Amino acid sequence: MAAAAELLRVSRLSKHYDVPGGDPVPVLHEVDLSVAAGEFLAIMGPSGSGKSTFMNLLGCLDAPTAGEYWLQGRNVAGLAPDELAALRNRLIGFVFQGFNLLRRVSAIDNVALPLLYAGIPRAARRARAQVLLDQVGLGSRAAALPNQLSGGQQQRVAIARALACEPALILADEPTGNLDTHTSQEIMGLFTRLNLERGITIALVTHEADVARYARRLVRFVDGRVVHDGEVTP
Amino acid sequence: MKLRALPGEAWRAMGLNRLRTGLTMLGMVIGVGAVVLMLAVGDGARHTVNEQIQAMGSNLFIILSGASTSAGVRMGAGSRPTITVGDAEALEKLPTLDGVAPVQFQTAQLAHAGSNWSTTVRGVTPDYFRLREWAIDSGQGISDAEVRSAARVAVLGRVVAKELFGTDDPVGKSVRIGNQPFTVVGVAEEKGQSLSGSDQDDIVFVPLTTAQGKLFGVSFPGTVTSITVRAKSSELMEDAEADIRQTLRQRHRLKPGQPDDFTVRNLASTAETAATTARVLTVMLGTIASISLIVGGIGIMNIMLVSVTERTREIGIRMAVGARRRDILLQFLLEAVLICTIGGLAGVALGVAGAWAVYEFAGMTTFVFSAATGIFFGYYPAHQAARLQPVEALRYE
Repeated sequence: MAAAAELLRVSRLSKHYDVPGGDPVPVLHEVDLSVAAGEFLAIMGPSGSGKSTFMNLLGCLDAPTAGEYWLQGRNVAGLAPDELAALRNRLIGFVFQGFNLLRRVSAIDNVALPLLYAGIPRAARRARAQVLLDQVGLGSRAAALPNQLSGGQQQRVAIARALACEPALILADEPTGNLDTHTSQEIMGLFTRLNLERGITIALVTHEADVARYARRLVRFVDGRVVHDGEVTP
Repeated sequence: MKLRALPGEAWRAMGLNRLRTGLTMLGMVIGVGAVVLMLAVGDGARHTVNEQIQAMGSNLFIILSGASTSAGVRMGAGSRPTITVGDAEALEKLPTLDGVAPVQFQTAQLAHAGSNWSTTVRGVTPDYFRLREWAIDSGQGISDAEVRSAARVAVLGRVVAKELFGTDDPVGKSVRIGNQPFTVVGVAEEKGQSLSGSDQDDIVFVPLTTAQGKLFGVSFPGTVTSITVRAKSSELMEDAEADIRQTLRQRHRLKPGQPDDFTVRNLASTAETAATTARVLTVMLGTIASISLIVGGIGIMNIMLVSVTERTREIGIRMAVGARRRDILLQFLLEAVLICTIGGLAGVALGVAGAWAVYEFAGMTTFVFSAATGIFFGYYPAHQAARLQPVEALRYE
């Protein structure tokens, strides 16, 4: 396989949290990492190792204290909030442990939400959202509210939402943390298919080795530093 | 986000907590309703005053005997009448005046059949009805011929007609004024209350010459109680007043420096005072009502702030999938504006229902006001929402 184009690269990326009346608490220390388009990456590490902070930085939800973050050849560290919002909308899809669907909003409207902010007209939004729901196997539950769906179904809706604007990168933060083993396998199967069939880059935070095994590259964090970057150990 | 997608999002958010939305709206309903009602009441007051001014006739002066109070020494009113029919005839030649009507009046007892009534008897010429814009409802007014012949005819005011004749038509019937028989020739139209509060319809008109010669007798021949005159236009009021003063001073042979022995009362200034009072009333009522509108607005700000806190996670999700700060700001702002506008419409309906007279103007203005209130009080909460950091908002429980 020819060397794929680089999707993102971070260099000397650091993040400190300010504590009132104390020294800043360092969470990430000068992390260097490069991810090519089409990779399937698992990020592991104990609690407090900085893996979630790293994901938030990759997702442009948070700004680094120091360092550079190149996304599709563009340095995004230091962009204005609205520019970051546009990047999140076009390039990145999020899948969270707690699903983070809007309560009291139907599945189809949840999926269509990113399209709303992309400026797509209503009819086109709903049509596209229906296609996405079909793809995750929930085409018949379009009108259901999140609390009428099982955990696995809610996570599928969240994945459909993450796919809405055809992102280059999906960031999943413990996507199976609230699911049973069987459902976890289904969800991970879905991620694998998206990665293989559509070439979407997936970065996944997990602390379960079973889940990490679906990925092809493993990055392990300890105390805010990368201590392992390589093959997924069987 | 496209702007036209906003109302749908805002509408849905409002539907999520109907009780709260309803209570917030109620604040607006009451505020706007109060504004409409108060403006209507103020308008009504102004309308009444305007009617009274209309009834009085426009551009009028009343000339009375006796010096004004500012002149220091003052003769008792009527003790030495100085205004004469000759004065009236001289004033008629003034180019700034449109008409002159000398008046002689006194109280007298009226009787017809079994009933009797004490009222003011006013001796007038035909011009009087023209100047006061006072029409005759049935029968006819007093004619020049009747004035010349000092005929015993009378025109009754509405109140007198009702007191003496009840529902019967008095025209052609006979009535006794101060024990002399008079024939009723007409009934004057209803004028209502004067600005000073007296009932203008409690009156009887007779020819001026009849009042002076036959009815009351005059101790100073040729004098009259007052003269009503009208200026040609409102612009000429000042010139007319100066002309009147000059003519009368000349005729009364007053030396320069000597005080006037008559009073010229400008009815327009009386009317203006009344109109100003009505305007002040409107402003005052409007101010009170505006305060309730402001209170309603603060209520909305309060609720929207609570709503922002409560929906922090929702804001985080929206930001994560690409909502810009402006999108969040507009969403919350539009919610506030919608609540205010719907509440405002309901308030206008309530105010119209409560007010007996309302003009389109009051309704439209208030509608604009309520939308503006929404923007003003909705901005801060919306701004708070837009300022949230996505990563913190997502973590919020």
